[in-house]
Amino acid sequence: MQFYTYDPADFYDELFVAKGQPRPDATLLIERINGLPPEELQRRQQVAQQALLKLGATFNVYGDNRGTERIFPFDVIPRVVSAQEWTEMEKGLKQRIYALNCFIADIYDAQKIVTDGVIPLELITSAKGFLKPCIGLKPPGGIWCHITGTDLVRDKDGQWYVLEDNLRCPSGVSYVLENRRVMKSSFPKLFETIAIRPVDDYPSHLLETLLNLAPANLADPTVVVLTPGIYNSAYFEHSFLAQQMGVQLVEGRDLVVADGYLQMRTTKGLQRVDVIYRRIDDDFIDPLVFRSDSTLGIPGLTEVYRNRRVAIANALGTGVADDKVIYAYVPEMIRYYLKEDPILQNVPTYLCWEEKQLNHVLANLDKLVVKCANESGGYGMLVGPHATQSQREEFAQLIKANPRNYIAQPTLCLSRVPTIIGDRFEGCHVDLRPYILYGKDIYVHPGGLTRVALKKGSLVVNSSQGGGSKDTWVLAN
Amino acid sequence: MLSRVADSIYWLNRYVERAENIARFINANVNLILDSPTGVAQQWEPLVLTTGDLPVFQDRYGEATAENVIQFLTFDRDNANSIISCLRSARENARSIREIISSEMWEQVNTFYFMVQDAAEGQATFEPQHFFKEVKLASHLFAGVMDATMTHNEGWHFGQMGRFLERADKTARILDVKYFLLLPSVKDVGTTLDELQWMGLLRSASAYEMYRKCQHRITPTGVAEFLILDREFPRSIRFCLMQAERSLHQITGSSPGTWSSPAERSLGRLRSELDYLSIEEIVQMGLHECLNDLQQQIYGVGNNIFETFFALKPIS
Repeated sequence: MQFYTYDPADFYDELFVAKGQPRPDATLLIERINGLPPEELQRRQQVAQQALLKLGATFNVYGDNRGTERIFPFDVIPRVVSAQEWTEMEKGLKQRIYALNCFIADIYDAQKIVTDGVIPLELITSAKGFLKPCIGLKPPGGIWCHITGTDLVRDKDGQWYVLEDNLRCPSGVSYVLENRRVMKSSFPKLFETIAIRPVDDYPSHLLETLLNLAPANLADPTVVVLTPGIYNSAYFEHSFLAQQMGVQLVEGRDLVVADGYLQMRTTKGLQRVDVIYRRIDDDFIDPLVFRSDSTLGIPGLTEVYRNRRVAIANALGTGVADDKVIYAYVPEMIRYYLKEDPILQNVPTYLCWEEKQLNHVLANLDKLVVKCANESGGYGMLVGPHATQSQREEFAQLIKANPRNYIAQPTLCLSRVPTIIGDRFEGCHVDLRPYILYGKDIYVHPGGLTRVALKKGSLVVNSSQGGGSKDTWVLAN
Repeated sequence: MLSRVADSIYWLNRYVERAENIARFINANVNLILDSPTGVAQQWEPLVLTTGDLPVFQDRYGEATAENVIQFLTFDRDNANSIISCLRSARENARSIREIISSEMWEQVNTFYFMVQDAAEGQATFEPQHFFKEVKLASHLFAGVMDATMTHNEGWHFGQMGRFLERADKTARILDVKYFLLLPSVKDVGTTLDELQWMGLLRSASAYEMYRKCQHRITPTGVAEFLILDREFPRSIRFCLMQAERSLHQITGSSPGTWSSPAERSLGRLRSELDYLSIEEIVQMGLHECLNDLQQQIYGVGNNIFETFFALKPIS
C-alpha cells in the first residue's frame, strides 16, 4: 500500500499539502511507509489491533446488554504535529485553563465577573453543573480543574478551534499510552529516525498533580482512584491508571466517612484517604448533598471535603464550565482575568437565549450544528446539513421550548488524516484531545488523543458512535 | 488491602473451584450410571439434592431426567450455582480486580468463561464427558497460573483460602452422593455393584489411584476415611482445612494454635477436631450426619471470614 494515488482533495489534510506532496514534517513518515513491501502495512495494522485486544484496552457501551466490551478501533497511520505548532497550542491551552480556573474559583466565591457585568448571573445559576453546595469551598492551592481534556478541531483553512473544555472527568488518556506502546513495537525504525516526544510519563505527572493536593505535613499520603465500577464505559482506563500510578482503585462502597475523615475499608481495618482522583460525576458523589438515589457515592464526603480533610480532583462544581453556553464566554474570561487576548479560538457560537441569535439559528437550521448545552459524547445534537426536515422541525420545537439550553455553531469542515480502509487510504476526519494537568504548574501532555471518524464522510469521532483513534506524534524539533 | 478486593479474589477462587466440582459431580454420576445393570432406574435426583437446590429445580424442571439435571447444573443462567453462572461470577470478580491479579490469571478466567459459553451456545454438538474434563483442566490451569504468576501475598492467601474452603465443602458433598444413591435392594450392599459405586466416587474426586496406593482394598469406611481424614491427599477435607488455616494465619499474622478473630477460632477448632477424629467415631455418628455437620461448620467458617474481613463497619 502506497500513498502515490492518495488525494487530500478539497480538505485540510494533516499529512499532505496536495496530491503527492506531503507536508514537510510528514515527508519522512510518508517515504518510509511507501518503502514498505506490499501487504506489510496491513499486516502491521492487524498485529497492532490484536495487541490492543490482548492488552484488554476495551470500553463498554451503555445500553448494550450483550457483549458490552469492545476495543477502540486503532489506525496505524499517525497524525503529525510540528514542534512550532505544538508550542503555540501549549501556550494557548495553558492560558485557557488558567482563565477557566480563575472563573470557577470566582463564581463559587465573590462572583466579580458577574458584578463587573461580563456574564449574567442567571446564565451561571441555570447551568446544570453549577452546584450551590460548592459556594464558599476553598480547594487546596485554589486549584479546581486539575485534569482537563480539551477537544480541538482544525477547520478547512487550517485554523484550530476549541470545541469543548471537558473539565469534569475527561477520559481517553489510557488509549494515548496504549496506542503509543503498540506503535513503538509495530514501527520501531520510525521511532529511531524521527524525534517524537514521548508520552509514557503521563502517570508520573498525574501522580505528582494528585500528591500536590495532599496536606504538606503528611509523609506518605494515600491517593486513590474512585471508579463507578466495572460497568462504567471507561472502567479499563480507571483500572489502568490506578495500576500505572501504583495506587488503590476504589469504589464508593469501599469508602466511608468515620471520625471526620474519609476512610477505606481494608482487611486490617479502616485506613485514611487523603486524595481522591474521582471518575464519578458530581451528581453521584455524595447522596447526602447531591442525588439522594446514588449508590455509587460516599455519604458525607462533601462535609469532609469542605473541612479540607480530603482533596478531590477535579474539585466538585467544575462542571459549570462544561455548559456550552458558559463555554461561549471563555474568550471573555481570558480578557477579564488575564487582560490578554485568547491564543486559541472558540468555534463561533450562537446563544439561543438571546432573541436575535435565536431567530438566526431557527432560520438557518439546515446550515448549523445545534447542541444541547449540557450533553456530551456526541449525544443530544443536530447536524443541520445531514438532518432530515422532520428532525430539524423536532429540534426547532425543542429549542423554542428551552432556548437557554441550546447553542448553535457553523458546521466545521474537520481536517483529515489518511487512514487504512480496506486495501486503500482514505481521508478521514479527526479531532484532537490533549490532556492538561494543573498541579504546581500547568502541564500540557505532548500529543493527546486523536479520534478519527471511520464511517465515510462522518464527522462524529466519539468512541461510542463508531469512531477510532490514531497515535499523535508531536515532533521534538 | 481493600476488603472488597480481598472479597473478590476469595470469591473468584471459590467460583472457579465450584465450577470444577460441579463438573466432577456430574461426571461421577454419568460413570455410575454406565456401570449400573440395565433395568435399574437412572438416579439423577441425588445430584440436585446434594447441591442443595432441589426445591428450585423441581419448581422449574419437574422430573429429574439426565437431560434436565445436566442442563440445570451446567448451562442454566438462572441457577446461580450452574457451571456457567459460576464462571460468569468468577469473571466479574476478576474484572473488578484486574489491577491486582496477574494478567495471565485474567486471561485464563476469560478464556475459561468463553469456553463454557461456546459450549452453551453449541449444545447440539455437546459431548458431556469431553466438556466436563475440559472444565476440570481449565480450573487446574487457573490454579496453576495463579500459583506461578501472582505474588504470594495477602491477596493470594485470600484466594487460596477461598479455593480450599470450597473444595472441602464439595468433597463432603461428593461423598454424600453415595448416601442418597440407592442400591437396587438391601442385599446388594457389599456386592460388585456397591464396590463399583465407591470406585466411581473416588474417581470423581480424582482420588482413585491415590487411594489404592495407601489403602488397597475398597471399603466404604476406607473411602470415607481417605476423603475426610487423609493428611496428604489434596482433595481430602482435612487437607483442605489445613491449607485454608495456613493461609488464614499468613493473613492475620497470628501464630498457629492461637486466635484473634472468630474466623481463626472456628477454622482452627474445626481443623483440630478432624486431627483427632477417628473413622470409627464417624461411622458411629453416621457418615451422612457427620458430613452434614462438616458442611454446616465450613459454612460457619465462611460467614466468620466475611464478618472478620469483608463486612467492615465503622463504629458510629
